[in-house]
Amino acid sequence: MAHLSLRNVGKTYAGGTQAAVSGIDIEIADGEFIVLVGPSGCGKSTLLRMVAGLETTTEGEIHIGERLVNKLDPAERDIAMVFQNYALYPHMTVRDNMAYGLKNRGESKTTIAERVAEASRMLELGPYLDRKPRALSGGQRQRVAMGRAIVRQPAAFLFDEPLSNLDAKLRVSMRMEIRKLQKRLGTTSLYVTHDQLEAMTLADRLVVLNEGRVEQIGAPLEIYRKPASTFVASFIGAPAMSLLDARISDGAISLEGHALARVGNASGPVTLGLRAEDLRIAPQGIPLAVEHVEELGAQRIVHGTIGAQNIAVIEVGEAAIQDNVHVAVDPDKLHLFDTSTGRRLEVQSQPHQEMAL
Amino acid sequence: MQRIKPFDHLILILGALFLITPVVMALMSSTQNAIDIHNNGLYFTPGSNAVPTYGKVLTHRGGFTGDVTGMRMLMNSMIMGIGFAVGKIVLSMMAAYALVYFRFRFATLLFWMIFTTLLLPLEVRIMPSYQVMSTLGLLNSYTGLIVPLLASATGTFFFRQFFRSVPDEMLEAARIDGAGPFKFFIDILVPLSRTMMAAIFIIMFIYGWNQYLWPLLMTTDESFYTLMRGIKSILQVWIGSQIPDYNEAFALAVLAMLPPVTVVVIFQRMFIKGLTESDK
Ligand SMILES: Nc1ncnc2c1ncn2[C@@H]1O[C@H](COP(=O)(O)OP(=O)(O)OP(=O)(O)O)[C@@H](O)[C@H]1O
Ligand SMILES: [Mg+2]
Repeated sequence: MAHLSLRNVGKTYAGGTQAAVSGIDIEIADGEFIVLVGPSGCGKSTLLRMVAGLETTTEGEIHIGERLVNKLDPAERDIAMVFQNYALYPHMTVRDNMAYGLKNRGESKTTIAERVAEASRMLELGPYLDRKPRALSGGQRQRVAMGRAIVRQPAAFLFDEPLSNLDAKLRVSMRMEIRKLQKRLGTTSLYVTHDQLEAMTLADRLVVLNEGRVEQIGAPLEIYRKPASTFVASFIGAPAMSLLDARISDGAISLEGHALARVGNASGPVTLGLRAEDLRIAPQGIPLAVEHVEELGAQRIVHGTIGAQNIAVIEVGEAAIQDNVHVAVDPDKLHLFDTSTGRRLEVQSQPHQEMAL
Repeated sequence: MQRIKPFDHLILILGALFLITPVVMALMSSTQNAIDIHNNGLYFTPGSNAVPTYGKVLTHRGGFTGDVTGMRMLMNSMIMGIGFAVGKIVLSMMAAYALVYFRFRFATLLFWMIFTTLLLPLEVRIMPSYQVMSTLGLLNSYTGLIVPLLASATGTFFFRQFFRSVPDEMLEAARIDGAGPFKFFIDILVPLSRTMMAAIFIIMFIYGWNQYLWPLLMTTDESFYTLMRGIKSILQVWIGSQIPDYNEAFALAVLAMLPPVTVVVIFQRMFIKGLTESDK
């Protein structure tokens, strides 16, 4: 177990003109569960594979514990990795799959047997130890892949979308299992996913990546509550936060001519972020033309337009929804972003003049 | 279930007969004596000469020097077949491993160079090969018989395609598990290639078994006679009024058929098992 630090890490693929990943600075504490999240192609896998030693690091330094590992082979880095397609050795039994790495490290037979027994007890793999991977279900294979990582007792676990080949239900239960296991073992973990729900539920801290750069690092709730940019805002949370063109004039935010709240920010155009779950259908407020309602059972998502801008509202009531409704939002639930840079603007509130909607 | 169609079966039966008839004919004729065959043509009925003919073929010392028996020829053919198959598999696996997993310049160019030799049959380079072997003093030796033909474009091609289909993650998992290039090859790739090896073994064994021209050129010593040459030499005795020992030639031909059939039967089972066992 060890802390992990990435210092100004970057990677340009041979022949690539643009860096796939650049300027990554992350300090990961011992035992922390870090989730790298971002859209496809943002460099999550690249970054993880650089930590694993499967890709060369062209810039910056990666430390595992006190060691600089840039030049070390994957086997020497004291890490274990779980792959999306499990990458189990098809011709070896479950037991041999787990033992292979230990054998190569020259561990004694008794140590290997003990570790495999322990891991299979933890993962409930006992009955399958003598089977070949092809005789296992996807979930069981996933467990074997986890087992292979656990037996090595590494300084860090690296996961590259380990659950994306499983069906939705199994994904949820495996997700909890991974989290429990990681807590119990206390092993520093780096986990890649593009599923924001998985990211939110697993992470001690989230790292949101966009085009090879860190967009925001923080605890899941912190990122949810205070997204640092429009990118993060639209990526974290489902349905995505509605981003609307608005203006600040005369100390108030106005959206399509409707004043929303008084703020102390400078006048000019802003991007207004509204989460569907913060909006509610109310007797008065901003008029919304309903276009489409998604029924989810526990709630429904109302899609509509304000002026010409799309917006989503989560509604929990039972009543039928008219074609034209009004929506309201608490002033402290507003998110403001700079229109040109997309960065977050702190709302400078004027508590005494707050407008009720 | 599909309905059984009589016409389909008719075609199937005709096809089977077409392929099996010559074999039956050879087997039956080998149990007759040479004079009957010479007079009456080929037989479809068993004769009474089976035991003496096969006994003679296996143990009779023939040839000019009179010390090459059927057993000896069988053994030589066996050495050729197995030597070819094993040698070609080992060599082409190693070549394919290098081509697929090691990043060296010109790998693709090299591969295509190897691949184009597929188009050149042995006969094209038979004289230079002979020259080389003769200069090295390897005429009349098993080494000389086998080694020059070991390079196999077919094998290299098949193994290359197979290795490329092994997911990259397998290599990466093995690297994390501390398996170096050698261990990865032995522990992972070789067991995964079993099916491929069985298939290539069948092809190459038969290729080696059926070699005629090359042994004819490479060996003058009769103790290196293979079955193929034995059959030929039996039929080559048109001296005076002597009748060739047709029955013996047929017996040798039947014997020559057995090992390839055995190889196909054994390896086919492995081959099919490998196919059905392989991971999705
Ligand atoms: N071997 C490679 N050679 C060149 N470019 C590459 C290579 N691998 C990845 N890239 C590029 O690097 C960028 C990041 O890729 P990466 O695989 O890290 O994305 P990702 O975030 O893991 O995406 P996904 O969620 O789809 O897995 C992409 O633009 C990709 O095209
Ligand atoms: Mg990826």
